[in-house]
Amino acid sequence: MEPIVSVRKLRKVYVLGKSDERVALEDVSFDVHKGDFVCVVGPSGAGKTTLLRCISGLMPPTSGDAYFEGQELTSVPDRIGVVFQDYSQSLYPWLSISRNIALPLKVRGVDKATRQARIEEVLHSVGLPDVGKRYPWQLSGGMQQRVAIARALAYQPDLLLLDEPFASVDAPTRFGLEDLILRVRTEFDVTVVLVTHDIDEAVYLADRVVVLSGSPSVVREIVDVPLPQPRSQATTRSDERFVQLRQSLLGLVTVQ
Amino acid sequence: MWARTRPAARAWPLAPARRGRGAARRLPGPLATAARAVLGLWLMVVLVALWWVLSRDSTSPYFPPLRAIVDRLVDLWIVGSAKAELVPSLEHFAVGYALAGVLGIVTGAVLWRLRWLREATSPMLYFCYVLPSAATLPALITIFGIGDTMKIMVIALAAVWPTLLNTVDGMKGVDPLKLDTASVLHLSQAQTLRWVVLPAALPQIVAGLRSSLQIAIILMVVSELVASTTGIGFFILNAQQSFAIIDMWTGIIVLAFVGTALNVIFVLIERRVLAWYYGARATQEAA
Repeated sequence: MEPIVSVRKLRKVYVLGKSDERVALEDVSFDVHKGDFVCVVGPSGAGKTTLLRCISGLMPPTSGDAYFEGQELTSVPDRIGVVFQDYSQSLYPWLSISRNIALPLKVRGVDKATRQARIEEVLHSVGLPDVGKRYPWQLSGGMQQRVAIARALAYQPDLLLLDEPFASVDAPTRFGLEDLILRVRTEFDVTVVLVTHDIDEAVYLADRVVVLSGSPSVVREIVDVPLPQPRSQATTRSDERFVQLRQSLLGLVTVQ
Repeated sequence: MWARTRPAARAWPLAPARRGRGAARRLPGPLATAARAVLGLWLMVVLVALWWVLSRDSTSPYFPPLRAIVDRLVDLWIVGSAKAELVPSLEHFAVGYALAGVLGIVTGAVLWRLRWLREATSPMLYFCYVLPSAATLPALITIFGIGDTMKIMVIALAAVWPTLLNTVDGMKGVDPLKLDTASVLHLSQAQTLRWVVLPAALPQIVAGLRSSLQIAIILMVVSELVASTTGIGFFILNAQQSFAIIDMWTGIIVLAFVGTALNVIFVLIERRVLAWYYGARATQEAA
């Protein structure tokens, strides 16, 4: 089966040819198959966000290729949803929650009744059925990130890309959001690529973990996570295999 | 080199509500509003009362009693027909200011989009901005004559700059993540401008429109001081030149009320349009 995302010898250099040239990604290759949940981990400054921006089509690589559903990326494809870390910028404060979610539907020509139904559906899925009329800044950080996830799901993407999505919320909220993303992944049958610096989070969520080295990044290893589904914070995190995996990944990320 | 005017959020007298100051803090809603109004107005009340008392027995033709001015104001502007002088003035103002607003925002958006044009015109725009508008009046008279067109153009060309520069500045300052989000949601360039860039820059655009408003009011009067036979500016100048000092004062007072009314209307609209902005900022400050 053809992979949904295919990254081949991706290299990204900022300010190429100038004295302050910086190599963010040296040589990155991996595939993501339909239905996969892949987490990308690496030390800070490892070019994780750069990688995600290349996979989403927001930024062209310096060399190498990124394919989505067999097509080379030149702009952001219609069927990709992206959730950024900073929800305070990615949700528009001048639009109510409903209108934030309606925006991508509107530009895709979805009619009003369908829009309304979709908004209700996704808000219900993220556990916020009653916030439609409110504004992003009236909600807590965790709730805003749930709205951002709902908006990304509203136009039914094949692939969901998340860039450190839970780094700006406190620990209890983070656990809740992790379980939420596992639930919607099944519910919406969507492929997920999630970038994080938190190894526990990566092991808890992923089917496979792509470990990047420090800058300039190469793929150090791709690790399968054979933990049973569905996962739960209490049992999965105390599973012996979970503990072993996080130890070995910790070694991979920290040892240079 | 771009002029920066931040949103004039605390502008008296209709600043977006901020919970009480000093003595008014512990009072309930309407009482607190009244208390703030009293705190804000006491000096003005005292000065007007002083003017009233000290000018009561004045016989100087240059400092007529306030009482005589108020009587005359009622006769001329409320009972009489002088209010007709306001009609051409406000017409010129409305057309000129609207023109300045539209021109400022549209040109600002174009300059934001076309970086080469922005860089090429930047020094020129700055010169236009710092040039005292009244100084261009003689030039505009030679171009547009002395009719309505001239007055409208004087207002529009003077008032356009703050809005234009603030539009460019506001649009340049839009957070890149907001634009990335627009790409991710698949907005076209036009949709991004309409749904993201314009609203994101709106607080600063509105601040520009507010500066433009003050300039438009000033130039509304100034344009009537030269080669004019109607309007409130002409009325004041004409009264002064015919030694009708009391009439002159009534015109000035009426102008003060007109200016206040226009500002109050502006702030009321601003509060509605930017409700999200003040709401978000209040939440941030509370956190």
